[in-house]
Formats: sequence, C-alpha cells, structure tokens
Amino acid sequence: MATGTHGDHHVNYMAIFWWLLALTILEVMAGIPAAGPSYPQVLKGALLVGMALVKAGLVALYFMHLKYDKKALSFIALIPLVLCVFVVLMVMPDF
Amino acid sequence: MSQTATMEHAVEPAETPLTPESWGKTGMWIFLAGDAMSFGTLLAGYAIIRSSSTNWPVPANVLGISLTAFMTFLLICSSVTMVKSLDAIKNGDKSGFRKFMGLTIAGGLIFLALQAYEWNELINHKNLGLSENPFGARLFGTTFYMITGFHGMHVTGGVIYLAFVLAAVHKRNYAGDCYNLVENVGLYWHFVDLVWILVFTFVYLL
Repeated sequence: MATGTHGDHHVNYMAIFWWLLALTILEVMAGIPAAGPSYPQVLKGALLVGMALVKAGLVALYFMHLKYDKKALSFIALIPLVLCVFVVLMVMPDF
Repeated sequence: MSQTATMEHAVEPAETPLTPESWGKTGMWIFLAGDAMSFGTLLAGYAIIRSSSTNWPVPANVLGISLTAFMTFLLICSSVTMVKSLDAIKNGDKSGFRKFMGLTIAGGLIFLALQAYEWNELINHKNLGLSENPFGARLFGTTFYMITGFHGMHVTGGVIYLAFVLAAVHKRNYAGDCYNLVENVGLYWHFVDLVWILVFTFVYLL
C-alpha cells in the first residue's frame, strides 16, 4: 500500500539530466573569456544568471518534486531567493 | 497513562497541511529555507563586494573552469542517482536502492576529492590565500574560500547523512517504511546540487 501513496507522477529524470547537462555546456561556453568576437558584459551576465536560474528551477521542480507538492511549499522555497535580492538592493547603495 | 496519550494526540495534529506524507519533510524544507538564507547572504555579500571592487580578477583566469565544470557534471549525475534510489525504494527494490545510493555517495566523495585538489593547487601553486591574492583584489580569495568551503562542508555533511540513511535502510525489513527517510536525504542532496549550480555560475563563470 505504501508504494501507492507516494507521488504517483512519472518524471522523466533522464530528460531533466540532459537539459541540465546541455545548459551547463552552454554556460561554460558563455562564461569562458571569448576567443573570438567578445560581447557586452551585461549580456554575458544576463545569459549566465538566466541559465543558472533555469537549472536551479529544474532541480527544485523535478528532482525535489516541488512541482508535485503543495504550492505553499514553493513559497517557502522562494522566500530566501526574494530576501537575498532584497539584501543586495538594500546594501548596495552603501558601497 | 492512557489519558496522557490522548492529550498528546489532541495537541499534535496527525499530519501537516504542507506535506501530508510526513512531518519530517516539512522539517527538512524549513531547514533548507534557512540554509538557503546562509548561502544567499554569502552570495549577496559576494555580489556587493565584487561590484564595488576595482581590481577584481576575471575568475576564469585564476580558477580552473574545466575541472569545476566536471564537478558540476558530477553533482548533476549524483542527483540523478539520488532520484533513482528513491524510485527503487518506492518499488521495494532494496538492491537497486543500495546500488544507486552507493553511486550517489561515490559522486559526493569524488567531488570532495576534486575540491581538495583544486584548493591545494590554488593555495600552494597559485598562492591564492585567504587574505592575499597575486591576481588582484584581496577579498577575491576570502570570498572564494568562504563560499566554496561552506558548500564543501555541506557536501561532507551530505555524504555522512547519505551513508547513515544507507545503513538505516539496510537494518529495516520492510522497504516501504524507509521512503520518507530517503526522500528527506534526497531533498538535502538536491539542495546541495542546486547551490553548487549557483556557486559555479556566480563564483567561477561570471
């Protein structure tokens, strides 16, 4: 019986793995100092942060099963992220 | 005696509304949210220090990106074996569980060995110290060792925690009882992986 009660959702973990791998390779390509034509630092930063957040999201939603848990749990998980952005914005002007 | 038991029962609800499957899972999530604040403030401090620095070195010129990219790959793999071991215990497959759990622990141990190698290279060959940095800003080394060290301690703790769960499941007869135990250690392990994804981006690549 116990087996039936635990998350009856079928996540294709290998698909998530390939996504994470592909994004990691793209990140490294975007991150190493460009040998050819360089592109603006802001664009590089946005690309890297964007890909990192997508990867973190994939891990949280599928590996940590947040997608299949109660929505309130996702809010608990998101609070630290929001607070950290807040900390940066609050402290930055003092530097 | 029976009266105390009834009273206790009345005070404590049978299940938590957040995670009806177990109290332990709610506890783990609350711990992880707190732990995320620790990492978050370290990364926020890093962002502030770095943005106000005028001679911050390009991390890729000091740190070995290919090695840490491989370490990232390793942690992603160990997250996959972790979910596979949870799947195995869900199906009552104890030998599959042992195999995948063993692989997860191995991934963590190799990660730690590589990190020790990386630190040794940086400290003894590139002279990057806690407060001295031949490549530029002094705080580069400070923040680097603080953040990767804090994460490395989490991996160390994770390996011990995983080994404990592996042993605990081995002792129990019915695999179904172990699901929550494995699920909670899995949450912790994926969190450590998730944090590394962010550390790799902010400390190594940006």
